Amino acid sequence: MYYLGLLFEYLKNYMKTRLTYRADFWVEVISDLLFQATNFIFILVIFMHTDSLGGWNQNEVVFVYGFFMVPFGVFSCFVNMWGFSERYIVKGEMDRVLTRPAHNLFQIFLENVDPPSLVGSFIGLIIMAISGANLGLPFEWWTIPALLVLTLSAVAIYTGIYTTLTSLSFYSDAPTGILPLMYNIQTYGRYPVTIYNRAIQVLLTWIVPFAFVGIYPAALFLHRDEMRSMALLTPVVGAVFLGIGLLSWNYGVKRYKGAGS
Amino acid sequence: MLGAYFDFIRIRFLTMLAYRINYYSGILIYTLNIGVNYFTWKAIYGGGESLGGFTGAQMTTYVAVSWMARAFYFNNLDREISTDIRDGSIAIQFIRPYNYVLVKMMQGLGEGLFRFMMLMIPGMIIAVLLFPVQLPTELSAWIGFLVMLFFSFLISSQINVITGLTAFFVENNEGVMRMKRVIVDLFSGLIVPITLFPGWLSSVLHVLPFQAITYLPGSVFTGRVQGVGIWNVLGVQVFWFLALIIPIVWLYHAARKRLFVQGG
Repeated sequence: MYYLGLLFEYLKNYMKTRLTYRADFWVEVISDLLFQATNFIFILVIFMHTDSLGGWNQNEVVFVYGFFMVPFGVFSCFVNMWGFSERYIVKGEMDRVLTRPAHNLFQIFLENVDPPSLVGSFIGLIIMAISGANLGLPFEWWTIPALLVLTLSAVAIYTGIYTTLTSLSFYSDAPTGILPLMYNIQTYGRYPVTIYNRAIQVLLTWIVPFAFVGIYPAALFLHRDEMRSMALLTPVVGAVFLGIGLLSWNYGVKRYKGAGS
Repeated sequence: MLGAYFDFIRIRFLTMLAYRINYYSGILIYTLNIGVNYFTWKAIYGGGESLGGFTGAQMTTYVAVSWMARAFYFNNLDREISTDIRDGSIAIQFIRPYNYVLVKMMQGLGEGLFRFMMLMIPGMIIAVLLFPVQLPTELSAWIGFLVMLFFSFLISSQINVITGLTAFFVENNEGVMRMKRVIVDLFSGLIVPITLFPGWLSSVLHVLPFQAITYLPGSVFTGRVQGVGIWNVLGVQVFWFLALIIPIVWLYHAARKRLFVQGG
């Protein structure tokens, strides 16, 4: 309850700062959508030249992409760790965070909330609805609950991976360039993983499990039975990776000594 | 005076060298990007012979070369400039006896040289070992490619400078910078070669500067463009390099008049 109140206060604060730079808000929404649009254009261009990608047709791939956008928008809204090392460690803001009663990671998430990202989630839902209708997908009783559970699991996977990577900055002094590069890899989890060779499949499934934020859960709604067991595994993978993230974070915070600024 | 500018190249190179550990992960990730693109295109080709004038082998080479060229020309000049503007340190830079934009370009070049040696070359070697990349055999193709690569760097950095300078006019240009990044990656032909776009879009892209960054050099390197065409490609690059100087000079002068420091 206390944490919910905090979330509310931070969002209020966010609105105040944001309303000072009104135009900027829309520029950000548009640039987010444009980023999604490039990937979308890639899919459309591919299907101008071929009928199927590893046995998946255009509507199916577009549907997977729509699903992919939903948890990604939620994740980008609530968990934004860009520039953590520069802002919190180099500039010493971590010290301020640590003196406060709420959990430090939660405070950092709140200080960086980014509601414009949620627009992407809504567009994702619309894309799913359109391509789902084109495919004649039935609307089952479990569609909405499954969507909720799988979205939350996917957000947990993202959070786990990025928290783990960000916590590396507690161990090493040099700013790590891994985070922006990871953003490149995650987009590959939305293509049918079966088109990749074994090594990349293993990587995207078990090491940085981005296949679980796109293709596997989406396959459940598409009634792709070959991936059903993987889809059902999504919450487990989410729990495991979120656990790894929190453990390595908490351990890193214990080692944190301050940059002395 | 010129010596001072060369020092900016050297200093940035040495600074990058101090953080070289980061670049080992960079090699891995760029190789992975090439790998995933390679498999995606392989699936797209299926049994097909050629798409948009690219054979399967040429596409593999194109993907590898495009990503490796990006490893060289990519830099964060836009972010550096907008940070300078937002924290007010640009005021000090403006009164120093050098040209701010030129200094940024030199620093970008220092970073580029570092990325060339620590990221592009090792990444290229790994990519050639892992994927069926066909490298040209004639020396002239290599020299031509290096010259074009240099122009890719110039044009990409000029676009970054322009993006960075917009921070003078919109207080927070985070969105503009992100938009630029997306537009450059897509419209330069890094993600999809420009010939594969629908006709109307590719004809629009042919009159924009972005194709000069990735698509044109990549087309030459894969052997799709040969002979006189190579000179045309170089001509397009030189044209855009010169044309982009105009908005930079204009923005720079307009910016010096508009400068207001938001705290700092």
